[in-house]
Order: sequence, then structure tokens, then C-alpha cells
Amino acid sequence: MQKYSVFSLIKNAFSDHQNWEVAWKDPTPKKEYDVIIIGGGGHGLATAYYLAKEHNITNVAIIEKGWIGGGNVGRNTTIIRSNYMHDDNALFSEFGMDLWRKMSQDLNYNVMFSPRGIINLAHSDAQMNAYSRRGNSMRLNGIDAVLLNREEVQKRIPMADFSDNVRFPIFGGLMQPSAGTARHDAVAWGYARQADSMGVDIIQNCEVKGFDVTNGKIVGVRTSRGDIKAKKVGLCVAGSTNILAEMLNMTLPIETHLLQACVSEPVKPLLDHVVTFGAGHFYCSQSDKGEMVMGGDLDGYNSYSQRGNLPTLQHVLTEGIAMFPFLSKLKMLRTWGGIMDMSMDGSPIIDKTHIEGLYLNCGWCYGGFKATPASGWTFAHTIAQDRVHELNAGYSLNRFNTGDLIDEKGLGTKTWIS
Amino acid sequence: MLYIFCPHCGSRSQNEFAYGGDATVKRPELNKEISDQEWNNFVYLRKSPRGKHLELWHHISGCRQWIKVERDTSTHEIFKTYKADELTK
Repeated sequence: MQKYSVFSLIKNAFSDHQNWEVAWKDPTPKKEYDVIIIGGGGHGLATAYYLAKEHNITNVAIIEKGWIGGGNVGRNTTIIRSNYMHDDNALFSEFGMDLWRKMSQDLNYNVMFSPRGIINLAHSDAQMNAYSRRGNSMRLNGIDAVLLNREEVQKRIPMADFSDNVRFPIFGGLMQPSAGTARHDAVAWGYARQADSMGVDIIQNCEVKGFDVTNGKIVGVRTSRGDIKAKKVGLCVAGSTNILAEMLNMTLPIETHLLQACVSEPVKPLLDHVVTFGAGHFYCSQSDKGEMVMGGDLDGYNSYSQRGNLPTLQHVLTEGIAMFPFLSKLKMLRTWGGIMDMSMDGSPIIDKTHIEGLYLNCGWCYGGFKATPASGWTFAHTIAQDRVHELNAGYSLNRFNTGDLIDEKGLGTKTWIS
Repeated sequence: MLYIFCPHCGSRSQNEFAYGGDATVKRPELNKEISDQEWNNFVYLRKSPRGKHLELWHHISGCRQWIKVERDTSTHEIFKTYKADELTK
């Protein structure tokens, strides 16, 4: 594989950039693989990469119904953070933060990881107390957390509404300085390119039509491009998990919901951090191109449609304007939607299943992007060793039966109430 | 914008409604011994189908009645709505 560097860039400039190697091949599916990963999104591509890199399993295929990176890894708001309170989430996410920091070097692909810090705003004394507790929990798990008072927040984000008589005055906030953003598409492409170079077959436009299970063991996958045998199969299909689960006669603690995001027209740099509104559900950062990248609530009803409705967008942006009044002057450039695998406790599932050789990676709710490297790393371990790693031991499928929920937000089973 | 036909009030915009989730989920019988598995099925497990979905909506900014709505989860088309206690087929 051609190494990307400033020298390869200069060299290729002489040939008008016409002679770059393709980043990944377009193979025809083989008859059989050791492992098939279903879903060519961030998590699937990362899983294949870590299977090859960490476990030396290279007879692997990723099968993807559409094109790689066309789902949620291409539709998120690119936020990376590990500001969790519960140990399972905190340790898993912080392990991921370490992978993020090394990712561009590791993949030889610039994922533009930008640790610009995230600030969660607080609008009451009670919320400050809650954030202080959360921050302390984070620090006990080795994650950086800083409690900011009103003046410290104002110094960092002076454009927020600090005027008198506002409905939700800013009391302060909790900041994780090491959190940030990354170029989401580059993450998918970087993993795809490295996985491909180590022998993984990336098979696009290949839809799963069914599974072959014999004596409780997975033996293959039926696809729109023929039947493919496999010793092991991993599901990484986010919002489409329930569709595949139905083919396997499984019912999961997951509902599929629709989430929208949007970007404004580009403006000059004014927002250095990722900022979340504390009195509702709204978050905002500024992309390198200058667009304000924004998102918030789910549309609020089960949906497999990757397009949203205006009432939710209006609601979310009302919150946005309450936080950053200047947003009302900006024109909206694009809005889009993606479908989320909302789990019943808000935490993911990375586990084996009752079918031998079938592994499940789902339930990421709206926090899947930041988990991409850690999810791929632990899922690869789970598949290769046929047992969970201690990092994903808490993300079991059985926890809903045993009551060991990881209810970070304590919202209960109404998955659409975010 | 979804327009939902409330069987009590007529067609109203989605802004007047709150979602209530899968209407096919059945709570286990009261006063009956139930297994952990049955309880798990009721509380946590959902089919979440792509296509026709029977779901509960609450006309919270209208008549405040709960209703059942048959809706397509991939196109958002609403086929039929029912009163909460109406039998659905």
C-alpha cells in the first residue's frame, strides 16, 4: 500500500494527481470467509481493521448494502468525548480516546482529530451539583474534567446568552478539555484503506437477505450477491439491527429512531469548543469550514426513514437560539437524518448471542461515532477470542434480564424521550 | 409534518401529540405468577419493525385521549387510527 506523506503528495502533484493508487479494492465475494462483518460503517470497518491488526485474522469480508460510510458515520455531528459517570461507559470511552489520539498515525490517514474540549452548560444550582458529581466520577476514572463557573464559561464562549432576565441563565458548566471532534468520513475511509491493505474484502452494494444457521451455529449469510459461508458473523448495522434480528428470529431491547442534524452557512471562526445546552437537548460546534454543526432531539417516533420532520428541527433550533442568540441570523445550509439503534438503557451492546458464531454490536443510541475505535477494538476481540473483553463485559445482551443496566441518564425504557 | 387523525377530534398536526410507543406490547396479567423472562419481554424487548407499526399516541394538547395509530416506519404514511380501547386488526 502506498504510504500517504508530504513526499507522496509532492510526487503525485507532478502527475496531476492522476496516479494515486485506489484506496480500497472492489472484490467479488469469495465462497467462504473466516469472519463476515455485516455493515460497512465506522464500527464495521474498525472491527475488520482490528481483527486483522490485533488478531491476525485477515480472511474477512465486510458486506455493506449501500456504500461504506454512507450511514451514521457519514451523518453524525463528529463529537468525540468520554464524559461518562458510570464505570463501564467511562473506561470504555476513555480507552477509545486513547485510540483517537493515535488514530491519524496509526491509520496513516489524517482524521483531523481536534481535541477542542466540550462544555456542558448548567442552568441551575442543582445542575451544577450534578455536574460536580459527574466531574468527580470522571476524574476518579482518570478522565479530565473541569467545573467552570459562570465567568469562566463566559471567557470561553462570550457569544452565549449572558444577558439578564433569560429563561435559562448560565450558572456554569462541566468541561472535558480532551474531548473534541474528528473528520467523520476520514475515519471510515482510513479504516477501510488499512483493512483492505491487510486482506479484508470490502464488498459494497451487497444486501443481506438471510442467515444460514445449523444446529444453533451460524454457517453463512445469504446475500444479494450470492450465498457466502462464514465461521463467524458480526452484526454492526446500527439502525438496521432489528431488521436483521427479525431474520434471525431474535427480539432485541432496541428500537430504531430518527435523529436529525444540520449545518449553517459558514462563518468566520467564533466557537472554539463543542457546547451543549443544559436545559434541553441541543449541541453545537463549528466545523473547520466555518459551518455551525448542530443537533438535538430525536424525531420521537419509530422510524427507518433517513429524513426528518420540521417540528423537531424547529424545537431543537429554538433551544439553540436560546443558548446562542446569533444563530437566528444564520441561514441553514443542510439538514439530514440518520436512524439510531436506541437501546432500552441508553448504553450499547457488544456481545455474543445464543447462536454460536454470531456476534452483536448495537444499541449505540446517538453516541456511536465517538465509540468507533473502541467499539471496533472490543468487538474484534469478542469475535476473535469468542469471549468479551473486560472493557465490554458490561455491555452484555443479558443485562436487561439480570437487571445490570447501565442507565447513564436514568431515562427508562421510553427510548424516544431524549 | 405528520397529520394524525384523532378519532375524537379529527385531523391534527403532530405538534399536538406525544408519542407512546409500540401498542402491541401486552403487560402480563395482574395477580399471576410471571417469570423474569416474561417481564423482560414486556419491559425491554421490542420488534421495532420496518413497515407497518401499531403505536400509541397521546393527544396531549387536544382532547388528552390516548389513541392507536397504524403507521409505516419507513414512509411515515398513516393508514388508520383507532380509539385506545378499539380492537385492531
